[in-house]
Amino acid sequence: MSADADAPVALRPPRHRVSPRAVRWWTLRAALGWLVVVAAEAVWLAVGPVDATVQAVALAATVAVALAHAIGMPRWRYRVHRWEAAPEALYTQAGWFDQERRIAPVSRIQTVDTARGPLEQLLGLATVTVTTASAAGPLRIAGLDRRTADALVHELTLAARAGADDAT
Amino acid sequence: MSPGDGWRRLSPRMLAVQPALELVRAVPALLGVAIVGSGSGRGGQWALGAAVLIAAIGTLRWLTTSYRITPDQVQLRRGLLRRRVLSVARDRVRTVDVTASPLHRAVGLARVRVGTGHGGRSGERALTLDGLKAAEAARLRGELLHRAAPAPPAPDAADAAADADAAPVAERELARLDPAWIRFGPFTLSGVAALAVAGALAARFASEAHLEPEDFGILREAADHVLGAPAGVAIAEVAAVLAVVVALLSTGGYVLSSWGFSLTRHAGGTLHVRRGLLTTRAVSIEERRMRGVEVAETLLLRVPGGARCTAIATGLRPGGGAERGGALLLPPAPRAEAVRVAGLVLGDPGVATAPLTPHGPAARRRRCARALTPVAAAAAARLAAPPRAGGPAWPWIAALALLPAAALLAADRARSLGHALAGPWLVVRRGSIVRRRSTLARDGIIGWTVRRSFFQRRMGLATLTATTAAGRQRYAVLDVDEAEALRLARAATPGLLDPFLAAPPGDRYEAASRSGAAAGSSAGSGAGASAGSERAARSS
Repeated sequence: MSADADAPVALRPPRHRVSPRAVRWWTLRAALGWLVVVAAEAVWLAVGPVDATVQAVALAATVAVALAHAIGMPRWRYRVHRWEAAPEALYTQAGWFDQERRIAPVSRIQTVDTARGPLEQLLGLATVTVTTASAAGPLRIAGLDRRTADALVHELTLAARAGADDAT
Repeated sequence: MSPGDGWRRLSPRMLAVQPALELVRAVPALLGVAIVGSGSGRGGQWALGAAVLIAAIGTLRWLTTSYRITPDQVQLRRGLLRRRVLSVARDRVRTVDVTASPLHRAVGLARVRVGTGHGGRSGERALTLDGLKAAEAARLRGELLHRAAPAPPAPDAADAAADADAAPVAERELARLDPAWIRFGPFTLSGVAALAVAGALAARFASEAHLEPEDFGILREAADHVLGAPAGVAIAEVAAVLAVVVALLSTGGYVLSSWGFSLTRHAGGTLHVRRGLLTTRAVSIEERRMRGVEVAETLLLRVPGGARCTAIATGLRPGGGAERGGALLLPPAPRAEAVRVAGLVLGDPGVATAPLTPHGPAARRRRCARALTPVAAAAAARLAAPPRAGGPAWPWIAALALLPAAALLAADRARSLGHALAGPWLVVRRGSIVRRRSTLARDGIIGWTVRRSFFQRRMGLATLTATTAAGRQRYAVLDVDEAEALRLARAATPGLLDPFLAAPPGDRYEAASRSGAAAGSSAGSGAGASAGSERAARSS
């Protein structure tokens, strides 16, 4: 313990945000999802409307919700998704209604995975998932800049290899 | 055990056991065949044919299964068309579970299950040697678990001899079944499942044999009596009968699974649990894998003052499947006994009784809100939309009746909440339906999760979860004051959180640190003084 326990301290948010391009990624993903719903409603309205006014209103409402979600969600998420890697521990934060912060000692890290979906590849992003020997909650950092992700994975893999015991 | 090519068959006595076991396992399928076949009027013949086939498969399985134990591997080879070899490295063996069904015992055999300590992970299956002579099974267990120091593997013969020499003196008994504990049997509710299974089987047999309940005088009289009585009396009678039957079955289940129970500690570094009346079971847990102990009391068990004790060990997950009950250290027994056993297993009697810091009024408010909101909402919805055209009134009555029950539950949940840091242990208690006091080794903690919902943030609370590779994988300190959560985490894993700390910013943290001052300021400093500060906080 470095500081004395009496000093008022708090867990501060992790230092780094994910890549700003992640906003575009989340927007794109949300938009694609909503597009399917909106298209289905539009086709129904065009081909065989049961009650044209009600359906038109529903379509308009869907579009409004979709716009709000696709524009609002990524910006909010960009504000709350944070991460930080210290020499001894990895620290992540996510969630806006239920805020969750996870800390894992680097010495207990077992696997470090990188995943890149099609949209992420397009935008040069990557998702890093770090697991420990516990089945409870791996640490996940989504929307990292690809170069940052590679550096982080490299660093964590080296550190995890250094602590070569069972890690349980 | 001769090294080299030494593949051996399982005991030939299995030829008597295996087909019978396969038949028992296949009873539902056989019934199905008989029922399907009964359309053609030859169900019995079909079932007989299937039974012969199953017995033949059992024999074939014995013929095609062999195993060998090399200096560094246990291997099982099986399969006729698709040969498979399962290998387990001997230094990976974490648990050895020896069970013997009544059939096995009749011919002096046992089944040995070798666990690799990743029982929870999907895809990784334990290796089962079904059908070793009982003595050989016991010897194999000692040999696999009590490797004398991690030195180069000794020649097998010497190993076995050393084990045989050491065994009688090196084992110390920690607990043994007291027949008076059977009084906890009715409170375990294990009879509910048995009753359901028995009921389903009876219904199936009845329909298969074209029996009508009406044909039995007793059943008919009972039915007439119940149908004739006023509704209230009938319900009370049926409930009383069910309660008695379930209690009897539960007691039977308790005796079946716990008779002859003993917990011993072997000097080689393992805990042994033996139990079972008909099917005997002997489980060995490596103490190296132990990360703590859990004392659990169900609401029902609390009536007679009982509790059970389970191990928190890596590779042993509480839950279903073949591992079920593998972590049990003490069947339902008096609370004091569970606490005593927990202390003995942890090697620190003080921990099991260490006082806990309660979570305070904010946590209680939150428990109440969580329990009462859904019920109150249901009642309110009913009030807001009064029954038109005589809708049923019972949902509303039910919601009203549930209200006090929910309030009691919330109060009990809040009372259960508590945590403490006692030396190398983190102690956490929570729950009402099942109240668990988990003692987790601090060095078994491999990460933290701090979760704060919208409502928790408003109340300055947080849920601090210690993640671990053992037992349930996560142990949560529910609804604890934010400042206290941080203090606890910092004291439990010194230095881990330090890079991420800062002086609290002015806004939302202020309330938290102010309300946490009672716990925080009375603390001395650091991990060493934590136990003392918890006592101080408790007494204040």
